Amino acid sequence: MSGVTKIGFTEEQIDMLSAAERFCREKSPMEKVRKLMESERGFDADVWKEIGPLGWLGIAIPEEYGGVGLSLTEVVPVVEQMARRMMHSPFVATTLAAQAVIMGGDDFQKKKLLPEIAQGAAATVALSERNADWNLENIDTTARFDKTGYVLSGVKTFVADIYAAKWVIVSAKMEGGHIGLFIVPTDALYGEAIRREIIIDETKRSYELFLDKVFVDEEALLDDSLSSQILEHIHLAANLLSAAELTGAAQSCIDYTVEYLGTRKQFGKLIGAFQALKHPTVDAFVDYQKSRSLLYTAAYNFAQQGEGEVAVRMAKVKAEETLSFAADRSIQFHGGFGFTYDCDAQLYRRRAIFLASQYGDARYHKQKLADLLLKA
Amino acid sequence: MSAEIAEFEKDALGWFAENTPGAQDFMLPLTFMEVGTNQQFEFLRDWQRKVYEAGYLGAAWPKEYGGGGLTQAHQDVATKAMKAHNAPIMFNTIGLGWAGPLILDMGTEAHKQKYIKGILNAEDVWCQGFSEPENGSDLGNAQLRAVRDGDEYVLNGSKIWTTHGHYAKYMILLARTDFDAPNKYAGLSFFLSPMRVAGIETHKIRKLTGEHGFTQTFFTDARIPADGLMGAEGAGWQVAMQTLMYERNAKGGQAGGYSITEVNPLEILELARKAERGGKPVLEDPVIRERLVDFMIEAQAMRQNAGRAKLPPLNQDCPQALPLMSKLVMTEYMREINQFALSLQGTKAGYYVDEPNAVDDGYWHRGYLNAFSATIGGGTSQIQRNIIGEHALGLPKTR
Repeated sequence: MSGVTKIGFTEEQIDMLSAAERFCREKSPMEKVRKLMESERGFDADVWKEIGPLGWLGIAIPEEYGGVGLSLTEVVPVVEQMARRMMHSPFVATTLAAQAVIMGGDDFQKKKLLPEIAQGAAATVALSERNADWNLENIDTTARFDKTGYVLSGVKTFVADIYAAKWVIVSAKMEGGHIGLFIVPTDALYGEAIRREIIIDETKRSYELFLDKVFVDEEALLDDSLSSQILEHIHLAANLLSAAELTGAAQSCIDYTVEYLGTRKQFGKLIGAFQALKHPTVDAFVDYQKSRSLLYTAAYNFAQQGEGEVAVRMAKVKAEETLSFAADRSIQFHGGFGFTYDCDAQLYRRRAIFLASQYGDARYHKQKLADLLLKA
Repeated sequence: MSAEIAEFEKDALGWFAENTPGAQDFMLPLTFMEVGTNQQFEFLRDWQRKVYEAGYLGAAWPKEYGGGGLTQAHQDVATKAMKAHNAPIMFNTIGLGWAGPLILDMGTEAHKQKYIKGILNAEDVWCQGFSEPENGSDLGNAQLRAVRDGDEYVLNGSKIWTTHGHYAKYMILLARTDFDAPNKYAGLSFFLSPMRVAGIETHKIRKLTGEHGFTQTFFTDARIPADGLMGAEGAGWQVAMQTLMYERNAKGGQAGGYSITEVNPLEILELARKAERGGKPVLEDPVIRERLVDFMIEAQAMRQNAGRAKLPPLNQDCPQALPLMSKLVMTEYMREINQFALSLQGTKAGYYVDEPNAVDDGYWHRGYLNAFSATIGGGTSQIQRNIIGEHALGLPKTR
């Protein structure tokens, strides 16, 4: 077991934390979150335009490609604070797509995408399929070589924010049986190729992507000798950011519950005085504190071989369990109001279910951890 | 880490490598609350004195009172070295961890001269007189009567669950000096009381494990010197609350060492490796594997909580949360992991301490039953949740 793994922070990370805290609080009050839930794209295009110049999309992009030259360590607090205000944008999807290019792109590909992303262009990834498997290598989409490029065919699910994206990174089986990752410009896709999925987290946007013999040129293929490593990296990066989202949301979910417990009266008493409500709320808070420690440990150690993987999986497990419990109890403790659409508790519960469903739930990660940590 | 600290750590590691005692022919207490026999007591007293004399206990306490006169960083690496060698506990916990820092923070010069050295060299064992038979969680309602008579106070009443009561020379005592105070808290005063005076008697209480380890203490017209009063008369509740902050590790200043041996999940992993079910190792059972991972995540979370508590930028929203919750988290973890360890023993889970066939001589059974001493003592887990809820989250008061 990684007994030596240590929590820590970087100065840049703390700068991001306080900047993102302020920005998200100002730009994403709950009334606005509710309004954006009703919108087609699910995010505020004006706020998104501000994020580019802030440099947040370039945090983990190397300086030579127009980024800040830091890492996902410094991206974590930004995502945590966005989720704390339930602010949705293509930020996470774009970050994951950029990670794929940073790891598998050649100089030409990097020059083509990364500076533009760092300036504010969105991108996304299309890795999941209808088999609902968290193993990203279990796919049926094919890439057939055809003279000067590849022809992609298949169906991708849970493609986040594709309408905002300029590029989508698509995984497909090559003729040799191994996997290739392709940079597909979204303007190569026809309108009917995209269908909005109805997902449980209504603050987010997700799409099904029908690839019907979509042609991309040879330069669309990322280094296919690295595909497995890239997919593993995306899997861990997605889970790290997912843990950040779950932890940020848990904080506001608990604040929301505490607020109600401190104002609602029954039997002549504030209901938060009753231990049947107080103690589970404290348990959720204690879990949240643990989640945050594990999250920042994972952020700090993400780049460490082995240790980083253990830390990320632990962070995702704990964060998912924390938000699931906190939000489940929040619905219950709001009583009749908790059963309504207007009560925000449901938003948090739905967020936890959705994030559990993507890139592996707590049980899946525990199995992975068992294989890593419990040698017979 | 400075070169000086690194050097000190290296010396400490070397010293504990050489001096940490091996297995004894009796069971060593895992926590300071488990000292039940004279043999255990004498062993731990001698061990603590030896560690102190080597300079690895009280390293950060002032030199003029018997401490090492070094920094907290020195003591921290010494404590780490103890842990690294799985050394026996520093058993005089109530002195080292609670009374000592209290005396250093708010005692008189005379108090410091009189008490500090004896705490460190284990010459003076300390106990705590807070709970009473009728007032446990409702500590503020303590009724033991203390009446001023010249240079003395006269004590009448009883205290219970007194760990080390039988061995103690001194007690930190919460008593009622004013029965007409405007509220129950305002009538309390806090004393550093001698134990070996006429009118104080201790009666052993048998624990759920079947062993002895704590006492009920009876006070019948017992006279103690008035200079043992800590803080003003009537300010006892505030002093007691400060003491509990040390006890729950929510406030620093302790002499160092540890008083509870933590269970590392890797130890129960060993149990799971050895145990068989249906002819197969229990370690292959997916449910067991998941539970083991849960404990590893929990242990990691505790370790990283402790790390994060030292990083203010990562606790800005609620700085008191991590210190306030550490007692609850640690003690509940210990109870759960010991309990889980029993489930890995098949039929042998039915054995008990001293049975030759028992796994690890009944270590886990004793550990589980004794774990309740910490989930109940020092404020029950339920009281801890009230405290966290009210002080960290600002929830309405239960009482």
